[in-house]
Amino acid sequence: MAGDRTAVNSTRRKFVNWLLGTSAIGYLAAVVYPIGRYLIPPPAGESVANSVTLPFSPADIGENSGRAFQFGNKPGILVRTPTGDLRAFSAVCTHLSCTVQYREDLRQIWCACHNGHFDLNGRNVQGPPPRPLDAFDVNVRGDEIVVSKRT
Amino acid sequence: MTNDRSWHRRFWGWLEDRTGLSSITALAKKKDVPIHRHTIWYYLGGMSLFLFLCQLVSGVLLLFYYRPSAGEAFESVHFIMAEVQFGWLVRSLHAWAANLMVFTVFIHLFSVFLLKAYRAPRDLTWMSGVVLFVLTLTFGFTGYLLPWNTLAFFATKVGTEIVGVVPFVGEFARTLLRGGTDVTGATLTRFYAIHVAILPATTILIVGLHVLQVQRHGMSIPPDVERDGSTRGKMKFVPGFLLRDMVGWLVALAALAALAAFFPAHLGEKADAFAPAPAGIKPEWYFMYMFHTLKLLPSHILGLEGEMLGVMGFALAGVFLLLVPLLDRRRGPGETSKLFTVIALTMITYIVVLTVMGYTANPTQ
Repeated sequence: MAGDRTAVNSTRRKFVNWLLGTSAIGYLAAVVYPIGRYLIPPPAGESVANSVTLPFSPADIGENSGRAFQFGNKPGILVRTPTGDLRAFSAVCTHLSCTVQYREDLRQIWCACHNGHFDLNGRNVQGPPPRPLDAFDVNVRGDEIVVSKRT
Repeated sequence: MTNDRSWHRRFWGWLEDRTGLSSITALAKKKDVPIHRHTIWYYLGGMSLFLFLCQLVSGVLLLFYYRPSAGEAFESVHFIMAEVQFGWLVRSLHAWAANLMVFTVFIHLFSVFLLKAYRAPRDLTWMSGVVLFVLTLTFGFTGYLLPWNTLAFFATKVGTEIVGVVPFVGEFARTLLRGGTDVTGATLTRFYAIHVAILPATTILIVGLHVLQVQRHGMSIPPDVERDGSTRGKMKFVPGFLLRDMVGWLVALAALAALAAFFPAHLGEKADAFAPAPAGIKPEWYFMYMFHTLKLLPSHILGLEGEMLGVMGFALAGVFLLLVPLLDRRRGPGETSKLFTVIALTMITYIVVLTVMGYTANPTQ
């Protein structure tokens, strides 16, 4: 008789423990879930700009030099090659996203962070960058330079 | 006089009844510190703790003027340095104490590693210490961005990009850290929250556990000292060792004040998200060996991206450090484990050599 009661109590205790345990997990999840969602940043309006008119004219950029510009919310770089061509690339290094610059002495695009080198076609030629820079199209309309994403 | 003493006794009796403080003082009094040729290394934990306290005080003072937004952070730090009375001193102390703390934590970690003080029952003390080491580096990384200058901006760009190369979860973790896809003002407010709230709270908690474990288990005697029985007696932790600790802290404070006065922290140029990374850009000295490793690795190794392999290598080294007490099977008193001595020395050599290379390499070639 007493044994039966102990067995019933034990089952009841197990059930109550299970109930408490699952409630505790549920409670914890109800606290952790909104915190987790809160910490994930809401999607920002990604720039949809496909082309940009640069705030300087072709005359402002001499041969064998480069200038940074803003393309949407990313940096870009316009290079006038030693032969006079205008070329534009994304200035985000393909290694670890530093912003690249033009090196007149090397006649290359260069990333100061980890010493990555790109040639005047944006190809990664030396150092750790694993991929070429994204290239943009450059159109000169009178005094304006228009840089557009390649389709 | 007698009245004074009885007033004292009554006050302590009253406090003791309510708080049971004597159990804590008993724990401090119980500990003995063995004296031998390696005793000097025992002071580094206390030194790191002292520098952490300096950081808490100077950090709280900086909070009175600092404004955590991309538009105002740089200006507010400039205001602290140029306008606020002794602002230059408080900020310079904070910057220097951070560097010294990282340095002492590095030495503390590797001295414990080499002296095999991680063995059971101190395995959990070691693991909490490795966590504190990571927290210290995270303090450095997050605090570096807060002045919002060019160096900080690119260091954060690279640092968070490194998180992004971790397979599967990297991209998500990077967005979470940056508060978006790029390093912006949203990143600054996140790093601010992490630096001034999450990290201090976590560190205080783990330091508490770490110190409690050290008090509980006492100091470990290195295996070589244990073997040749060269211990020259012991001293009580309170007051003998603690007083010596405090002499070290006074020296550290004097050194800090001198460094802050003669070499005040620089502010540099305000961050510009569209300007190129300046030539000669480099991280804080304690990240230099990782930075230089990533610089030396080729773009592809065995078909995998070089930086991913580098980052995974450092992550594995971190996990290895954490698990050292479980991996080192030699646990008996006085038992040597040459392999782990060699591993520790290799790690130290790697860090020193790559750091020196990072500082001596021509940044423009």
